[in-house]
Amino acid sequence: MSAYETQTATPAGEVPVDFEPMDRSQFLLKGALAAGALYGAAAVGPVVRRAFAQGGGGASQNDLDILNFALTLEFLETDFYEVAQKDVKLSSEYAAFAKEVGQNEQEHVDALSGAITDLGGKPVAKPTFTFPLEDEASFVELAVTFEDTGVSAYNGAGPLLENKDLLATAGSIVQIEGRHAGAIRFMAGMQPVVEAFDPTLDEDAVLKAVMPFIKA
Amino acid sequence: MSITRQKGIDQDPAKKGALQRLADDPVSRRKFVAVTGSGSALTLFLAACGGDDDESTNTSGESTTSTTEETSTAADTSGTEMFGKGDLGIVNYALTLEYLEAAFYVDVAKSGLFKGAELTLLKQFGANEEAHVGALEQTANSLGKAAPQPKTEFPLDDAKSVAMLAATVENVGAAAYLGQAALIESEEVLAAALSIHTVEARHAAVLNMLVGDPITPDGAFAVPMSAEEVLPAVSDFIVS
Repeated sequence: MSAYETQTATPAGEVPVDFEPMDRSQFLLKGALAAGALYGAAAVGPVVRRAFAQGGGGASQNDLDILNFALTLEFLETDFYEVAQKDVKLSSEYAAFAKEVGQNEQEHVDALSGAITDLGGKPVAKPTFTFPLEDEASFVELAVTFEDTGVSAYNGAGPLLENKDLLATAGSIVQIEGRHAGAIRFMAGMQPVVEAFDPTLDEDAVLKAVMPFIKA
Repeated sequence: MSITRQKGIDQDPAKKGALQRLADDPVSRRKFVAVTGSGSALTLFLAACGGDDDESTNTSGESTTSTTEETSTAADTSGTEMFGKGDLGIVNYALTLEYLEAAFYVDVAKSGLFKGAELTLLKQFGANEEAHVGALEQTANSLGKAAPQPKTEFPLDDAKSVAMLAATVENVGAAAYLGQAALIESEEVLAAALSIHTVEARHAAVLNMLVGDPITPDGAFAVPMSAEEVLPAVSDFIVS
């Protein structure tokens, strides 16, 4: 009767999962140890910054950890689109996507790091990434993986946020990740929707998905 | 409160103009709300949904005077109290929107305006909405009682305007979920709402591409819509 009953779920991405698991503190440490790009808070999206700052007397360590976790993913996405624009010969359609989406991710980075600082935390340093980017096909495959993973990561972390203002703001970011994910899949001739309900990933699963791309 | 605008969606030139403007500029969703006002059958439908009489009256009254300024500064209420208290109200509000979306795609598929890959895509989106309806009905019934399915009617004149309407409906849908997320109390309901929210976002982005709009019309941070903004915007499609 309904197409969704026969619709086969496309895997969120073909990311390797057979490597040593790593917990969040190691992950964050790895980021912090990376030669640190210093990120000023000047360019932060003002609305989001304000929303974050309305946290009312700072945020819990739990929430700060989640924000730093999100920041690391946004670092990854930002770096990915930057490298792709530089190193890969993309068709004009994908080049435009990489440019626009990369700018969105950079704004997420700025907002998250500014917010972490405002809330009395310390933003993780930007890790050094490595991407197996050879051609447009590998760009598309990785972009799909990262956007789908971003959606699932935010959706998994959302209910764990204690501060509801942070949840609202994380929501306004994850909707953008969802839009990116749907768009890149559609451009690539894939199903824009993985499942009727976006799968969620917990931190361990997200770490497994992104660790191959973190060099230091 | 005006209930005079519930007839003949397609014959109403003012409304078509509003939809057109909305489709042309998705960022102006709030203007659309102001243009269409809050009259129409939805108010009656909501009143018929029962629940707490005082709350129903109160909320309906508020929505007649809704403006951008007032609604965007609305306090911590979900604006969904007429559908039930707390999470039940929010779930039934979402369910009503999903009923509407699912019915829309059924009508669109039947309209014969789309073929091939576009039709397949629209049917897939419709199937997603049906899955959302099923899950939300179940959740609502576990919390209380699921809202009834409204009777709907959509302007289905030509492929272009229907695609634009689809984009509008999905963008509003995504904004509606975003507007409720922080108000949900149950962690489970929140997780479900989030996993639906990003599917609506995927739909919205693809439909925006199809009609030539930006995939992220609000930029890097999506803008939520309150129930007071959403309900008047969709009321024209609910006939009873």
